[in-house]
Amino acid sequence: MSNTSVKKKGTKVKLDSSDKIIRGLGYFVAGFYALVCVIPFLLILGTSFSSEAVVRKSGVSLIPKEFTTYAYKMIFNGGTVWGSYVVTIIMTVCGTALGLSIIAMTGYALQRKDFPFRNAISFYIYFTSLFSAGLAPYYLLMTNTYHLKDSYLAVFLPLLMTPWLIILMKNFVKDIPHEITESGKIDGAGDMKIFVSLVLPMLKPALATIGLFLAIGYWNEWYQSSLFLSAKVKYKPLQYNLYEVINTAQMLKNSVASMYITMQDMPTETLKMATAVVSTGPIIFVYPFVQRYFISGITVGAVKG
Amino acid sequence: MKNRQSAAIQTVPVIKKRTFWQNVVKYRVLLLMCLPAIVFFFAFSYMPLPGIWVAFVKYNYRKGIFGSPFVGLKNFEFLYTSGKLWELTRNTILYNLAFIIIGNLLAIFMAILINELRSKWFKKVSQTMMFLPYFISHVLIGFLVYCLLNYDYGFVNKVLTSLGFERWGPYSNAGVWPVILIIVYLWQVTGYNSVVYFAAVMGIDSEIIEAAKVDGANGFQKIRHIIIPCLKPTMIILLLFAMGGIVRGNFGLFYNIIGQNPLLYPTTDIIETYVYRATIKDFNFSTASAVGLYQSIIGFLMVMGCNFVVKKIEPDYSLF
Repeated sequence: MSNTSVKKKGTKVKLDSSDKIIRGLGYFVAGFYALVCVIPFLLILGTSFSSEAVVRKSGVSLIPKEFTTYAYKMIFNGGTVWGSYVVTIIMTVCGTALGLSIIAMTGYALQRKDFPFRNAISFYIYFTSLFSAGLAPYYLLMTNTYHLKDSYLAVFLPLLMTPWLIILMKNFVKDIPHEITESGKIDGAGDMKIFVSLVLPMLKPALATIGLFLAIGYWNEWYQSSLFLSAKVKYKPLQYNLYEVINTAQMLKNSVASMYITMQDMPTETLKMATAVVSTGPIIFVYPFVQRYFISGITVGAVKG
Repeated sequence: MKNRQSAAIQTVPVIKKRTFWQNVVKYRVLLLMCLPAIVFFFAFSYMPLPGIWVAFVKYNYRKGIFGSPFVGLKNFEFLYTSGKLWELTRNTILYNLAFIIIGNLLAIFMAILINELRSKWFKKVSQTMMFLPYFISHVLIGFLVYCLLNYDYGFVNKVLTSLGFERWGPYSNAGVWPVILIIVYLWQVTGYNSVVYFAAVMGIDSEIIEAAKVDGANGFQKIRHIIIPCLKPTMIILLLFAMGGIVRGNFGLFYNIIGQNPLLYPTTDIIETYVYRATIKDFNFSTASAVGLYQSIIGFLMVMGCNFVVKKIEPDYSLF
């Protein structure tokens, strides 16, 4: 009796200690990494409320020193950021709605087993992610053939969809039983009617996930803007506005009401910080509520590309 | 009744022999549903393809792509002999290799550890915080790096000077950037990437783990002999897909952190950043397109090759 019980006890203790070490390591590593992910954002937030002189002297800090909202006042009084907000919000809302409807329709049609063109069209779309012309031909086409230089359309249109998002939608549609479509057909409904009234309501999680990817794409957009929007366009999308404020002194000056201030008096660094906070704030605020859809997007679309 | 039956029988062969145009008519609604996407990819992905010709000419703005004088492979020749092509390819591939290998190992490590956490609250909050960097635009990431590292008021220098050390000026020192860029990349994506592995860990049959515990396996043995082998298929597939993209660089990350700082180019210039500068700053469309075409062809071959291997190992996961 004693022999077996000792043995049992022994293994139990051993098991507990190794599990404890791993669990402790887990809490430490996960907690540490989580903090490291958030602290840089807090550094910017804290510094944006500090006075310029303190920042120049003692650097960035988590807690504002010589608390002031001067930088924010400068941005919001006659600066370009309001216009940028309007541009970005309109693009995000319209682009997400339009892109989402196109992606959903395409994803549904391409997943219909009886649709004879599904393989051809799927390949036609997928091929674009395998081989591309590259930046220079694309740039020449957009500017010289489509004449989209300095047009918001040059930013708005290319972000509407990607092959990957359509494939992701196809994967979501795959889980909807084919009988749904069949039953709609028996009731005499057309394809569009079946899609809108039977399939679409079942695609809510897919719409949330893909809509989130699209919305983030529009909100974070700076690349197309940097290609196609020159100084002639006064109100850049928010992130590109931030890019210019960070990288060019002249834009920094334009981003505030420039009449009554000289370059020397500009609180350049805190102004950059405040612009960063203003440009990123909304998405960080919304993010905790929507991140679960993000996760479903990764797990549905990750391996099966 | 009999009539209807025979009519039904008759329609069966007709369905099979339907011609292309009859299919177009019958499935016109589904085709129309695909039409916006077809037009979109035609306009933005297929229309630029003929423009690849610019890589073989000496581009002249007034004459256009197809009116400019043909120079054959001269644009490629220049890139090859100057060593630029080699430098760009080397940088792009080495960075991607580091991103892929270290990134996957860290993601697996994180997924296994998160799986061991028992506090639901802690798990949820820490995961939410971990995904945050992935949501943020590269513009802000570049700025964060600048705030941490810049010479005058950066966080790192502030800490160094307060401890009595010399200031550190990485923005004029090309050698340290591979390390910085890799760290920033890992910082940004590890939380996100760990989700895939986390899902795979969750998918492991809990009976196997219970059985191992009954047999007296300790925590380390459980991870070493059960969890890691179970993650292997996922890892191999993800690695292979990542390998397919090994010549495609992460433009947003590099451009926003490095910007236009020629001091740092030798160790940080990747294909994308070079093509971007050649197009937007120098308007050297022929050179840019030559590099782009080179990248597209190698990228295409890599994807095809990796997909071939995936198909051999795990046919369900192959792309086509």
